[in-house]
This record gives sequence, C-alpha cells and structure tokens, in this order.
Amino acid sequence: MARPELKRIGEYCWQIEPFGKMHVPGIIFADRNLINDIDEKTMSQVCNVAALPGIVKASFAMPDAHMGYGFCIGGVAAFDPDDGGVISGGGVGFDIACGVRTFHTGLTEDQITSVKEKLAEAMFRDIPAGVGSTGNITLTSDAINNMLAGGAVWAVEKGFGTKEDLDFIEEGGCAKDAIPAKVSPQAKKRQQEQMGTLGSGNHYLEIQKVIDIYDAQIAEAFGLKKGDIMVSIHCGSRGLGHQIGTDYLREMASQAAQYGIELPDRELASVPVNSPLGQDYLGAMRSGINCALANRQILTVLVRKVFSKIFPNTNLKMLYDVSHNTAKMEEHKVNGKSKNLLIHRKGATRSYGPGSSDLPACYKAFGQPVLIGGTMGTSSYILAGTSESESLAFSSACHGAGRSMSRTQATKQWQGSQIVRQLAERKIIIKSRSMRGLAEEAPDAYKNVSAVVEATANAGLAKKVAKLLPLICVKG
Amino acid sequence: MWEHFAHQADIGIRATADSLSRAFEEAALALTAIITEPQKVEAIESVQIECSGGNEELLLVNWLSSVIYEMDVRKTLFSKFNVKIENLRLSAVVWGEKINQNKHFPAVEPKAVTYNQLSVKNENGEWTVQCVIDV
Repeated sequence: MARPELKRIGEYCWQIEPFGKMHVPGIIFADRNLINDIDEKTMSQVCNVAALPGIVKASFAMPDAHMGYGFCIGGVAAFDPDDGGVISGGGVGFDIACGVRTFHTGLTEDQITSVKEKLAEAMFRDIPAGVGSTGNITLTSDAINNMLAGGAVWAVEKGFGTKEDLDFIEEGGCAKDAIPAKVSPQAKKRQQEQMGTLGSGNHYLEIQKVIDIYDAQIAEAFGLKKGDIMVSIHCGSRGLGHQIGTDYLREMASQAAQYGIELPDRELASVPVNSPLGQDYLGAMRSGINCALANRQILTVLVRKVFSKIFPNTNLKMLYDVSHNTAKMEEHKVNGKSKNLLIHRKGATRSYGPGSSDLPACYKAFGQPVLIGGTMGTSSYILAGTSESESLAFSSACHGAGRSMSRTQATKQWQGSQIVRQLAERKIIIKSRSMRGLAEEAPDAYKNVSAVVEATANAGLAKKVAKLLPLICVKG
Repeated sequence: MWEHFAHQADIGIRATADSLSRAFEEAALALTAIITEPQKVEAIESVQIECSGGNEELLLVNWLSSVIYEMDVRKTLFSKFNVKIENLRLSAVVWGEKINQNKHFPAVEPKAVTYNQLSVKNENGEWTVQCVIDV
C-alpha cells in the first residue's frame, strides 16, 4: 500500500480520511519529524484496525508508533461490544500486560556513588534475567490458578510486598473477572518456573536519577524531587502471556470468518467481544494481566532485598505500576454519552486524568502517573494523565521510545562491548549476559524518546512531570 | 539454508530447501539462531514433537510454536531437527542441550510466532518458508 494522504488536523495530530473498508479515520499523534519517520506499513496497520467491526471514533497511533503485527505498536482502538465490537488478540500482543513499575528509593546520588558497582553486581546476580532463567518459586497447579485470579493481590497475600503497594497499581493490582480455566495447561506449564523473572529483549531493571522536574505541583504529589534515585522494572507476563497469545490467535483466526469478519491481516484475528471465544479470551487475557502484575510484585521484593543488604534502612515505596499491552473494559464519553468500551492499547499507556476513581487518593487531583521507558542510554519520563486525554484518544499516551531500526540492522551497525564502553564513559553501568542482545537494544536503534514525549505532551495526551537518567541498567 | 530478515520491532526468519520438511528444519534452526549461534548448541537431549495445521502456513506456525514451547518449558536450545510431514501432520525429533548462560550467551528470547509476512511457497521444486518471530 502507498503511504495514505495525511491531513494535519492539529499541530500534533494527523488524520487519514476513511477509505476502502475503513469505518473510521486513522489518527496519528506526532510532530512533523516523527510523522515523517512513520512508514507506510505502520500507517496501513492503522488503517486495517479502522476496518474492524464496532470500532468507535478512530484508529489511533501514539507518537512512538512503529510497525507491529496486526495493530501497530503504539496503536489504540476502542470497540463497542453492543455494536458488534470485536476483541483482537493482535490488539494486545503476545506479551500481555508488559509494563513499567517505578519506585522511590529515598536515596540521593551521593549515597549510591560509592556502591554503584556493588549495587549493579548484586542486582545482576539476584534478579533472574535472560533466556532460560528461572525464579526461586515453583507454583503448583492450584497456586497458578490462584495467582491468575488474584494478580499482585495474590502475591501480597503470599508475603510478597505490602498491601500499600497495591494502591499504586492499576485496578488495585488485580484484573477483575479473570478466568484461569480459560488459560491452557501449556500456558500454565510455561509459567511454572518463571515467576519473578525479568525476561529478555527490551525488558530491564534500571536505577535512575531524577534530572529534571517540569511540573512542580504534580512532581510533589508523586513524591519526586530533582536528584532522587528511582528504580524501574520493565517486564510482562512471561511465557504464560506468550502462550495465551499463541493459543487464542490461532482460534480467533479460524473463527473470525464465521462472524463475517474479514481480516485484512491474519494477525488482526478478532471475534466479537460478546461471543463465546471473545469472552474466553477476555478471561484468559485478564489472567495474563494478573500474571504480569504478580510477576512485577515478586520482582519488587527481590529488588527490595538487594537494596536492604546494601542500604539497611531503605524503604522502596511504589510510585506506580502501569501496563502498556492490554485490552480493558472502560467507561468513556462518546458524543456526550457514557459508554462501556473495550479499549485495546498495544504499546500504549493508559493515561487517566484527574478525578479518575481508579487513582489512589494522593494522586486523584493530579492524574495518573504515565511511566515512559527510554533506552539504556537515554532518559525515561514520568508524565501525568490529562483531562483532555479522554476526548483525544480514550485516555491513552505513548509507552516508550519505539524502535526505529530492526534488530538485524542494529547488530550490523553496533557491537555490544562498544555500547557498554560508551555508556561507561557517561557513568551508566550496563549488566547483561549477551553482547549481541545489547547491540540489538542499542539506544540509537530507537526513536528519540524526548521527541516522542514532547509530542505526547504537546498533543495533550499527558503532561510532562519528570525526566529520569539511567545510572545502572540490568538487561534481560 | 536459512536467513534472518529485518522487521522494525522483531525478527523475520526465512528458510529454503528442496523439500517442505527440510525447509521446516532450517526454519527451526533460524529460530535457534535468534537466541545464539546454533553451532554452540550440542545435540545431547532429544524431544518428540507432533503437530498439525489446516494448511502449510498454519503448520509452520504450529511447528515453530511447538519448538518455542519445548524450549521454554525445558530451558533447552535445539540445534538438530528431523522433521517428517505427511498430509499436513508433522512429526519430529529435535535434539539440543539445556541453556547455559555462560556458554550460549542467549541474546533474546522468542516469545511467539506471528502471522506477519507468513508464507510457504514452492517454486520449481524449491520450498521457501518464512514468518516473523516476536522477541
């Protein structure tokens, strides 16, 4: 497909008028440079989603949009179950509820400088990461079902972390109405030894320093000060989520035709939300969300243990935990009326504005923390959801930098050891078992995260609150 | 013969051989090569894999998904594959060894097989199979 014609409908907003089988327009949030970087394949994925039944308002793409499979990465779409709206496994992806969790350490850079290498070593040793790593917990089949039903709430009940942590996780740490029975035995088997593991690829554990504050009032509410040392975890639902994606994509692809759904791309396999398979997938996918939340909760305890060995009096307090690969039933206003819609966010972060009932009391007046992961050599950002975000893109924002170069190209261009050296010169410690893995994750293989965040903020999807610089990065 | 091809977020694998089953074997080798150099993986332990598919493309997805599943639950990498395909039913024996992070330095973990750029083609007796792996 040729690059569709784009109409600039706002300074940071571009529209593809509906053509062919599109029911609604495509809307891309970006500045001029970012829009020029978004290729025609990504745009055709935006258009394909616009052709799915029951889509409401538009098929959206965030400023970090790049080519995915089915949905683009950075894609957001709402479907109305009462109007034949669909649920798509490809709209969630294989890494269900991949997300970011950020904590305060209560420490400043001076306090960690002398022990930085020791801290990096301890995290690399004590947090299971990389291909083939296993956690210290093996779950029985009953325990797996309880974990899938309870998420982080289950983990806290089992002694991983505190009840206070739960206030700072989407939906209080548990996706309601998960149906563990709809998760295949194979998916459960894959997870048996993977609780409390980080995974690989773009997943990481980072120690970061707050280097800039953009909104003093919200930063204060989030407990952020310049110079603060933070910890962020980026990971998802591990083997269980990957298998749920595999299982249901296969089923959806074979059943879509019987509901009269034409698939422009098999990866967009979808069925009506209100169909038996749609409901089964919802139950399984919510179990996947709970698996990711439980996993990040267990990792939290491992990180706290590392810190308490080196800094006996630290208390790692949660800032927030938010996922960026999900489909969630949410109430949104459409043409002045409240509707219950299924919001797919594939590589996009929920960004509820002030007043949302899902927010902890201390954030309610300020909006939801939106955690944007950078690369190991560039900044991460903390944003806050805005009131206008709901009318713009069903309360959604970007999720990271977004890749600009393939892994195969990145390994041709860089060597892992060279990246480690260059980052060491900037006092960033990188720990990884694979030099090739590091080359694939080279900071320059990503879009400029600052430009992505700037466009997100200027478009009104979220407000800039703070900028964080990595000091230590443990890659999976 | 196998190769990796570029995909903006993930990794494409493509394999060519004179029979469908040989092309499937090569595709599985390309899958291992996403993680590590296949020649570093010794063929010590064997696993039996059976699967089927509604057509050759779906069979490819199911085959590679089965290999990913076995890798994940056994924490094993595979380097030798013996595939037989009859009437869209596949039966295979695969050999490999347990992942050793200090020997294999695994780069990245394949999460799943996507339907993106999925194809199985036979031109002049030469089979080419390809798909994109989510990592």
